[in-house]
Amino acid sequence: MATIYIENEAREADGSQNLLHVLLSLGYDVPYFCWHPALGSVGACRQCAIKQFRNEQDKAGKIIMACMTPAADGTRVSIKDPETVEFRAAVIQGLMQNHPHDCPVCDEGGECHLQDMTVMTGHCARHYRFSKRTFRNQYLGPLINHEMNRCIQCQRCVRYYRDYAGGHDLNAFRLRDVVYFGRFEDGVLENEFAGNLVEICPTGVFTDATLKRHYTRKWDLQMAPSVCVHCAVGCNISVGERYGSLRRVINRYNHQVNGYFLCDRGRFGYEFVNSGDRIRDCLVNGEPSDSLAAAVSKLETLVRETRCIGIGSPRASLESNFALRQLVGPDHFYAGVAENEWSATLTALDLMRNGPATSASLDDVEHCDAVLVLGEDVTNVAPVMALRLRQSVRQQPIQTAKKLNIPLWLDHPVRELVQNEKGPFFVAAPYATKLDEIATEVIRAAPDDLARLGFAIARAIQGGPPLPGLSSELSTFANRIAEVLGSASSPLVVSGTSCRSAAVLNAAAQVSHALSQIGKPAKLAFCFPECNTVGLRLMKPRSLSEAFQAVRDGQADTIIVVENDLYRRASKEDVEAFFNRARHVIAIDHLKNQTTEKAELVLPAGTFAETDGTLVNYEGRAQRFFQALVPSGEMRASWRWLDADFVPEIHPDKRGWRTLDDIVSAIALEIPELADIGLAAPSRSEFGKVAREPSRYSGRTSMLANISVHEPKPPQDPDSALAFSMESGPQPPPPPLNPFFWAPGWNSIQSVNKFQSEIGGPLLGGDPGVRLIEPEERGGWNFAGIPSAFEPNPDSWLLLPCFHIFGSEELSQRAPAIAELAPSPYIAVNTMDADQLGVSSGNLIKLSVSDSIHELPVSARPDVPRGVVLIPIGLPGVAGLTLPAFGKLAPASAMQGVTK
Amino acid sequence: MLTAEEQKEIGEELAHYPCKQAVCIDAMLIVQRHRGWVSDDAIRDIAEMLEMSTADLDGVATFYNLIRRKPVARHVVLICDSVSCWIMGCERVRDQLCTRLGTTLGGSTADGRFTLLPIVCLGACDRAPALMIDNNLHTNVDEHRIGGILEAYK
Amino acid sequence: MRERPLTSNLRPDGEAVDISAYEQAGGYQGLRKALQLQPNDVTELVKQSNLRGRGGAGFPTGMKWSFVPMGADAPRPKYLVANADEMEPGTFKDRVLMEGDPHQLIEGMAVSGYAIQADIGYIFLRGEYRISAERLSVALAEARERGYIGQNILGSGYSFELYLHVSAGRYICGEETALLNALEGKRAHPRTKPPFPQVSGLFGKPTIVQNVETLCNVQHIVNRGPEWFRDQSLTEDGGTKLYGVSGKVNRPGLWELPLGTTMREILEEHAGGMRDGLTFRGLLPGGASTDFLVQEHLDVPMDYTQVQKAGSRLGTGTMVVLDDKTCPVGMVWNLEHFFAQESCGWCTPCWSGLAWTEKILASMEAGTGEEKDLETLSFQTRFLAPGSTFCAFAPGAVEPLQSALKYFGDDFRRHIEEKRCPWR
Ligand SMILES: Cc1cc2nc3c(=O)[nH]c(=O)nc-3n(C[C@H](O)[C@H](O)[C@H](O)COP(=O)(O)O)c2cc1C
Ligand code: SF4
Ligand code: FES
Repeated sequence: MATIYIENEAREADGSQNLLHVLLSLGYDVPYFCWHPALGSVGACRQCAIKQFRNEQDKAGKIIMACMTPAADGTRVSIKDPETVEFRAAVIQGLMQNHPHDCPVCDEGGECHLQDMTVMTGHCARHYRFSKRTFRNQYLGPLINHEMNRCIQCQRCVRYYRDYAGGHDLNAFRLRDVVYFGRFEDGVLENEFAGNLVEICPTGVFTDATLKRHYTRKWDLQMAPSVCVHCAVGCNISVGERYGSLRRVINRYNHQVNGYFLCDRGRFGYEFVNSGDRIRDCLVNGEPSDSLAAAVSKLETLVRETRCIGIGSPRASLESNFALRQLVGPDHFYAGVAENEWSATLTALDLMRNGPATSASLDDVEHCDAVLVLGEDVTNVAPVMALRLRQSVRQQPIQTAKKLNIPLWLDHPVRELVQNEKGPFFVAAPYATKLDEIATEVIRAAPDDLARLGFAIARAIQGGPPLPGLSSELSTFANRIAEVLGSASSPLVVSGTSCRSAAVLNAAAQVSHALSQIGKPAKLAFCFPECNTVGLRLMKPRSLSEAFQAVRDGQADTIIVVENDLYRRASKEDVEAFFNRARHVIAIDHLKNQTTEKAELVLPAGTFAETDGTLVNYEGRAQRFFQALVPSGEMRASWRWLDADFVPEIHPDKRGWRTLDDIVSAIALEIPELADIGLAAPSRSEFGKVAREPSRYSGRTSMLANISVHEPKPPQDPDSALAFSMESGPQPPPPPLNPFFWAPGWNSIQSVNKFQSEIGGPLLGGDPGVRLIEPEERGGWNFAGIPSAFEPNPDSWLLLPCFHIFGSEELSQRAPAIAELAPSPYIAVNTMDADQLGVSSGNLIKLSVSDSIHELPVSARPDVPRGVVLIPIGLPGVAGLTLPAFGKLAPASAMQGVTK
Repeated sequence: MLTAEEQKEIGEELAHYPCKQAVCIDAMLIVQRHRGWVSDDAIRDIAEMLEMSTADLDGVATFYNLIRRKPVARHVVLICDSVSCWIMGCERVRDQLCTRLGTTLGGSTADGRFTLLPIVCLGACDRAPALMIDNNLHTNVDEHRIGGILEAYK
Repeated sequence: MRERPLTSNLRPDGEAVDISAYEQAGGYQGLRKALQLQPNDVTELVKQSNLRGRGGAGFPTGMKWSFVPMGADAPRPKYLVANADEMEPGTFKDRVLMEGDPHQLIEGMAVSGYAIQADIGYIFLRGEYRISAERLSVALAEARERGYIGQNILGSGYSFELYLHVSAGRYICGEETALLNALEGKRAHPRTKPPFPQVSGLFGKPTIVQNVETLCNVQHIVNRGPEWFRDQSLTEDGGTKLYGVSGKVNRPGLWELPLGTTMREILEEHAGGMRDGLTFRGLLPGGASTDFLVQEHLDVPMDYTQVQKAGSRLGTGTMVVLDDKTCPVGMVWNLEHFFAQESCGWCTPCWSGLAWTEKILASMEAGTGEEKDLETLSFQTRFLAPGSTFCAFAPGAVEPLQSALKYFGDDFRRHIEEKRCPWR
């Protein structure tokens, strides 16, 4: 800690930081542009100018940039100094010289950092009398809009895109006052984190193109704190509604989880909520039900009079899964997850529960200094984890900067010193991944071989005997990794369920165990595919194949499927047989899909944007999302459908639940591992009132004037402290309930500064979410079951899933902008295998798995291991394939006579 | 496609630096020496050779004034417009050139013979006004000498 | 006795001194001598010589070298860069040295490289200096062949690879840290200091950047001793200086004279005074980025401290003279046009302020200047002052403007009042 003097007043500050960081942390308003807490200081915009004085006698002082000056002990500064006040206004004047002053038609208006800073500096009159430079804009894809005339040359976009996110296709061109930020030529931005440009850009150059198509000002959005439903990372988001539709998603800072950034699937996947495929009313046999009551009574009758089983979902909340589980009884509650994937999640969860290592938060991920990725495609499965992993490779090289006393926030000096040097990062995966470009070494192999490699590394770390039968190439590779991980100070092992291989997961755990044995407490991060895979697992449902068996055995007449399309989970044949054998199928979901088409009774469920609930992320962190929209039609939370009044009668021992708090407590009582979920957010009664609408919300009285001029009473929210109004209690909302960041004078997302205990640190009041799984250290981590080496077999190809950030995930796939970026289905094989099969890229190839046949274009790639076939999981056309599997391949020409 | 000659010359420069990107300016100047300018295709080819993205390379290309991203005529006339030459009357020389060649600053003659470009101080201030045609410096230029100078460039 | 160590070899026909002639004239003796000394001793000699940088900033050279980490643990490779960018308008001194006597620079670099134990050197040459490039390439090959650079120089065990890098333009590349980015194949924005290049420079390694003229002095210091070097100067800073004059004088040119020769002597004796019919109004003493000085300053010695006292900077020591038949506003417009074009675009005051300044001056020249423009101009000189901008480019850019407003304020006002340029 250091003592610094601000306007002659002594304040305690973190002396290792810069003055801008410190002043903002202490609550002072200092304007800035080029600085960003995640990007550090570069001193370009000159907006953060303040006065520094040598000592008490020094009255003149000199102008310094707060962001470039260390907050050394004894530093004396003034923000109010008139010369600096004038200077800061002059910087705005300079920045505005070429800016078009088009706030009224600019998407950023009302949440623009440039507007805020302009007001903050007091610059208000324009003296510049010459013409402004103008630019041509580029097409950057369906997600991001480009309006270069608004650019103020702060350099943030390229610093974020290139230095932080590792993108290559955005850059600064030219110089002087005509610097152009864009691509070499028009085209879709290639980086999957490009959407953050919307928030990084302090003005309206990069804006949300999806929002543009149904634009609303920030102040007119009804917002709610939420959690992204598009993967298991569980990034915190803030969602905004207007006129009954969801308008956009922005980042909601959580120090432990997403920090400042989201991925593009998370930011732009939301449009499925507004889809024309939404189910809005109850359907009976495909037709709208006569009445709500009729549908409910049908549900009631089926539940009462038939033997029901329930199929839960990894994309539904704990509450909805729990409600189903209670309705059908825990013994009749099944997981709607593909068989192999489900057993892999069981292994993963056991490993997380029983040790050998704690699961890493994303903050841990960023700060680890050596990484082994074993069998996971992190960028496509857990994107924001990949973004944080990209930062971890800086940890070792920046130690040199520390030695030379270069502060780490001094971004460019550190990068210039480090150059392209990267810390240890090993990727062992079944195919090329985007993180390969930052990797020290990469190896590609089939899952069994990856597991063998993992075990070999673990043995090498502990000095055990080498794994018999391991190729010399793999064993020297294993030794190298072992040595590097063993000499790191906070190593991390990343794995996941993507290979659907218990052996891979065990091997990853074995590596982290070995590291803890030698006194290097490694962390473990497992990737899971869906937003509540972990939560569903914690409810201990039985497997999908057991459900199939139960119906086959005639033990059930009615299947209730909640928020799940089983056609994505098992082969069409199996699902059809399952549904056909049972007499009744009830589906509760929000989008039409093959399962709802098959169902006799369909009940419309609210999405994450219309309901409340709890999700458990990859690390075992329970987080609550809240509704922003009042659902229209007959839509409601799945758990509400299943909480019909009849429930207590059927299960007299179980009380029904009327509110979110009721069901949250019921879950906590019933399932010990979920006992703490109440801590994810304050209950309804614990906190007064939080407005979902900003205080400048407009049109409230006239919104529904076309229907009635009498202003209706705002809808009540029985479930949370959040109100569908502008009225708020006196206290600021606690972080889990905070719908949006706003502070006087800070209308943009930069206002998060005002909500952090320290800039870039935890939120004031604590980061939302509660970790449910802390491992019990257990000894004896010596896995048996090391698989034997994979042998390619030309008559039986190993089919493995391959993931696409845009396309593999079910819900975002239904958002038009994301769908536009999804690849068309294909089958990938090794180039040499393709040669042997006599096919080349683009040719059709016939794949037969058990009794299904798929014909798809082939993609011949050098990165696929021999004997392996990659299937782009989740894409239409291959959605029902349960993987891994073995299949046969033949050129499509060999199909003569066979009809598709 | 980079020609074998261009690749060879770029390859020689690679030996002088510890990383490929450091050669990118040399590489563009090499290609420009052969072709007069650096086209979009050349940017793609050089970027590929040096393992850079096209955005990286073009960001560099557009920063420097001697890298020409537009085609030029057979001979490039660089007219110094900096202070000493200005004092010594470079504006008259410029106007003369424009009239004589029938083009404007930044433009090329219809016959594809000359491109006329401004340049900053050529370091010949004691012999101002100065201009440079291709690799040749011409000093103490005045309206009357221009005709003779241009004659030498066919 | 006063000598002309830097230029005495130059041939009257303007051709380059080749290696044999250079050796005959005593060339590479400084290098031989230096290799007999400990590297630190060479630095010590340079310190004692009071050699200050000739690139404009005038930083003591020996002191700069002493910040380079030495010894076995020092990061490697270390770099030495000759700043041969010379793009400051009005400046033409380094070109003369490189075209006329390229080996002198090479020897200077070998000796300087030895002092800091540099492994690799680059000559960062501006692209338009084609003749320098050709002659340096030849000289580098000759020097390499005779073992003055390359592996195990003259059997000393010291190795120093030296390469020529031809720049693709931009004045900012002369700023030593922007130069490093240019050498790394990047956009040439200047870098944050500290850390200084001596600690983390080219490719993150210890680096010394030195002006061509500075480097050319080094072997003479080693050869003849610091005392001799100090004797060459009329002031406490050692050595001779290349002084140049351009503008409407009788004999524009470049001369090697003792450091501290007065402006009047240079202007009147060497440059032959103003051309007939013209009156002296002022001059930029050291290139485009230095403040105007006027009649009253003519007796100021051209050295680092005195010129500064007079309100300007020695800069590169090459003066640009303004006469009474040339419009001072036009001249300042020309200068600011240059600076506005060359701003790297990194920091707001520079890219916005210079663009605005240039537009105002253009407008004054076109007869559309407004009263409040004068206020804006003087505001810009404060807005672009040292410390306000990221690097020294912008403060340099407004030096001629601020002094022109001071000395030629009436001329600016006449433009506005008469709605025209009175000189056109
Ligand atoms: C905008 C700008 C341009 C410069 N251009 C040159 C140049 O062309 N040549 C040069 O030697 N120094 C130039 N300098 C000075 C260098 O930054 C640096 O101080 C010098 O090369 C150090 O060498 P010296 O100590 O030998 O003078 C420039 C400085 C600035 C701020
Ligand atoms: S003052 Fe700023 S914009 Fe100007 S050259 Fe220096 S860094 Fe670039
Ligand atoms: S925020 Fe400090 S200079 Fe930009």
